[in-house]
Amino acid sequence: MVYFCTLGPKQSWSCINWAPAYHLILEGILILWIIRLLFSKTYKLQETYKLTEKEKEDLIEEWQPEPLVPPVSKDQPFLNYDIVTGPPSHKITINGKECINFASFNFLGLLDNERVKHKALASLKKYGVGTCGPRGFYGTFDVHLELESRLAKFMKTEEAIIYSYGFATIASAIPAYSKRGDIVFVDEAACFSIQKGLQASRSFIKYFKHNDMEDLERLLMEQEQEDQKNPRKARVTRRFIVVEGLYINTADVCPLPELVKLKYKYKVRIFLEESMSFGVLGEHGRGVTEHFGVNIDDIDLISANMENAVASIGGFCCGRSFVIDHQRLSGQGYCFSASLPPMLAAAAIEALNIMEEDPGIFTVLREKCRLVYEELQGIPGLKLRGEQFAPALHLQLERSFGSRDTDLKMLRSIVDYCLLVLPNPNLFLPIPSQSCSCCLSRPVLFTPFTTYTKLKALLH
Amino acid sequence: GKLHGVFFCSASHDGSLYSRPFDESFEETPMLVAVLTYMGYGILTIFGYLRDFLRHWKIERCHIAREREEQKDFVPLYQDFENFYTRNLYMRIRDSWNRPICSVPGGQDGTGGTGRVVTDVINLGSYNYLGFAENVGPCADAAADITVKYGVGVASTRQEMGNLDRHEEMEKLVARFLGVESAMAFGMGFATNSMNIPALTGKGCLILSDELNHASLVLGARLSGSTIRVFKHNNMQSLEKLLRDAIVHGQPRTHRPWKKILILVEGIYSMEGSIVRLPEVIALKKRYGAYLYLDEAHSIGALGPRGRGVVDHFGLDPCDVDVMMGTFTKSFGAAGGYIAGKEELIKFLRSQSHSAVYATSMSPPVVEQIITSMKCIMGEDGTTIGLERVQQLAENTVYFRRRLREMGFIIYGNNDSPVVPMMLYMPAKIGAFGREMLKRNIGVVVVGFPATPIIESRARFCISAAHTKHMLDRALSVISEVGDLLQLKYSRHRMQRSVGQPFDDNVYEDIDD
Repeated sequence: MVYFCTLGPKQSWSCINWAPAYHLILEGILILWIIRLLFSKTYKLQETYKLTEKEKEDLIEEWQPEPLVPPVSKDQPFLNYDIVTGPPSHKITINGKECINFASFNFLGLLDNERVKHKALASLKKYGVGTCGPRGFYGTFDVHLELESRLAKFMKTEEAIIYSYGFATIASAIPAYSKRGDIVFVDEAACFSIQKGLQASRSFIKYFKHNDMEDLERLLMEQEQEDQKNPRKARVTRRFIVVEGLYINTADVCPLPELVKLKYKYKVRIFLEESMSFGVLGEHGRGVTEHFGVNIDDIDLISANMENAVASIGGFCCGRSFVIDHQRLSGQGYCFSASLPPMLAAAAIEALNIMEEDPGIFTVLREKCRLVYEELQGIPGLKLRGEQFAPALHLQLERSFGSRDTDLKMLRSIVDYCLLVLPNPNLFLPIPSQSCSCCLSRPVLFTPFTTYTKLKALLH
Repeated sequence: GKLHGVFFCSASHDGSLYSRPFDESFEETPMLVAVLTYMGYGILTIFGYLRDFLRHWKIERCHIAREREEQKDFVPLYQDFENFYTRNLYMRIRDSWNRPICSVPGGQDGTGGTGRVVTDVINLGSYNYLGFAENVGPCADAAADITVKYGVGVASTRQEMGNLDRHEEMEKLVARFLGVESAMAFGMGFATNSMNIPALTGKGCLILSDELNHASLVLGARLSGSTIRVFKHNNMQSLEKLLRDAIVHGQPRTHRPWKKILILVEGIYSMEGSIVRLPEVIALKKRYGAYLYLDEAHSIGALGPRGRGVVDHFGLDPCDVDVMMGTFTKSFGAAGGYIAGKEELIKFLRSQSHSAVYATSMSPPVVEQIITSMKCIMGEDGTTIGLERVQQLAENTVYFRRRLREMGFIIYGNNDSPVVPMMLYMPAKIGAFGREMLKRNIGVVVVGFPATPIIESRARFCISAAHTKHMLDRALSVISEVGDLLQLKYSRHRMQRSVGQPFDDNVYEDIDD
């Protein structure tokens, strides 16, 4: 009855007279059908049958839940941790035996630095240990504000935000920006905290092959074609690339200049995770952006944890205020969690001071990394993976011994050999980690103070 | 003082589950106040649109940060509408939050902000229930010793080099404190929930979560991939109906039986001040074969005659709770979280928990603070300081709540909970209350949307054992003064009892992920 709308009221009534009879009958039937539907009973699809009370009670009696946790066998490899007594620095006492520490992420050797300890002590005397509240509710201390401004100045960005736990940093940052319906392109070898952040964000995740820019470009082009089919949706779908500076799982570096080119070509934002490269790469330790000479404003968000080179606890994100300020209300690990204890923040500030005063330590670190890299080449049965300047390397079994369990046992026996058989003080290769998807032993790590001549003697 | 002595049990449950009175109340919002609050928000929204319009047409200068010139044609990072509330309502009163402190967050501290420092502010905002946030005393000394000996960082995960002997000792102590077989500690309370719930449940399991659970529990439940159903806050009939329906009908569509059912509750809910009805929850759990996950972030150390939390408060057996979780931030003045329970559970978590494999272990001075403060509460350091503090906190709580009620404010929550939410309702009063209190040297926390429902904004007081009676009296007189100034004394003494409320069938929603 479209013509009803276009005519005036007087004219509309006259239309009924000359409308065809079948039309009126059809309309009449439709109206009667609507009335019937309105007054009929509703029914739920699920409960088309009804159980009696007795049947319900029987079902409740019969139901047996699974045990809360599956039983754990005694020889589960990661059940018993090695116990460290005494301070964890470049010499470490494990299970009673003193060893050279090649296992901690103590890249700059700041774990037992006296200045850092002194500053932490002074902060403890002023503030106590805990903060007793999240940042919003009297948990913000002047130390936190100072650390944030120092980090921003060090990295030459506008603003920085600190988190109280390294793992939670990137895992809270990603869901704050990327929501359901957005698209994230991630490297396959991304670390676990990135994976948790992606899972929490509920966005579409597209993995590209590790460090393979052609694969990434292919995915971006496919996405562009999708966009052309549906431009309205494309206008509101945000896109992100998440990469790490120095990958923790493979110890190599991401090709940042190519990524920046792809960013401007396909209009995607870059999130860079620099836990392993902050304080390691670059002339002044500013990370992979300084290493490649990329303008830091081209990267939308840089996230790092302060638990490796900076030898404190916690993490931070830095970037432009436009990007970072959003996390102050949307970062879950920031808003809903207690803030970093002030003594740990004070320790981080002092570590930054040391890094700024003496950029020579980065050169020393790189030199030692190169030496260790050369020494570790050519060990029969083990393959070395990683960049020459990476402070954390992987030693991989050249061929597998059958199953993952046997490989893990083999690696563990290598570690035990180094720990127990070699004469004092000896080298400790860390236990094989279950975090890597293939059989790798965890990184051989290195601090600048270990004597590499001894290392040479031990390996040959 | 004497409590009301009223029993709150529904008609179907046995009143003898509770060994002490459970006195909880949530007074209804007065009608006039609700109308005025909605009007207030309406006016603010209109103004918000007006200001947005002016900013868009460049009549008003925009002070907020903008996107880079080179990235102007990228897809915008934030939707305009998402930030409407932040831009126009939150920004006006943002000095009420993120106030920086420059001293110990104890009973009295120095607050700085907007360029000036205010000293000797009575702190009613920090979660310092037993007063262990102090920079002198045995806890601080022990932490100082360890800092000198061990340093501050660890730089390794628990499974690798990060497991110090102090960590092992702390975990044994936590297990002894709670009266369970074994415990495991993590570096962050939030991460404890979000990383361990996925280890316990997965696809094919059901999680029954309270309406007002904390963000960390919600995130953990979502990350696990289980089906989540929400029951009304602290409402046992709602929980029972969900349990019955779940077991009888099984999984949606396929009707296979559920693998496990996990109930997520908190000890004290920090926005409402209510305490979980633990005896009833345990009775339900035993009847239907579900598992219980109890998050005692706020209640550990703060409730119970010996300070052992909500289980101690009700006099129950800790072995009845399958997974006890808590944090060290609030009552112990440290940082981090723990999970405690049976030996098999902890063994499983030691080998499978994501935190043990990927996250750095706790810092040594923090661990030392936990050990010393816990020993103090247990009385193992040879003094009775711990027990005295627990009793002081209980007295302070009862006194403070009674006095506020007498003055005519609307207070939510249980009579025994040290978290005291006081209703403000109107948006303008949120900012005004915070500022007026700070002018008179009392630091309080005000909370509004989205942490609370839109018309129920409140001020939240956290009582501490470090507050002397003199401090509390001073705070109360100031609160009364400001309450008269801002007309906050809404209570008409028509307290509506919380249990026995009938509920309808639209109680729960399936949140399938």
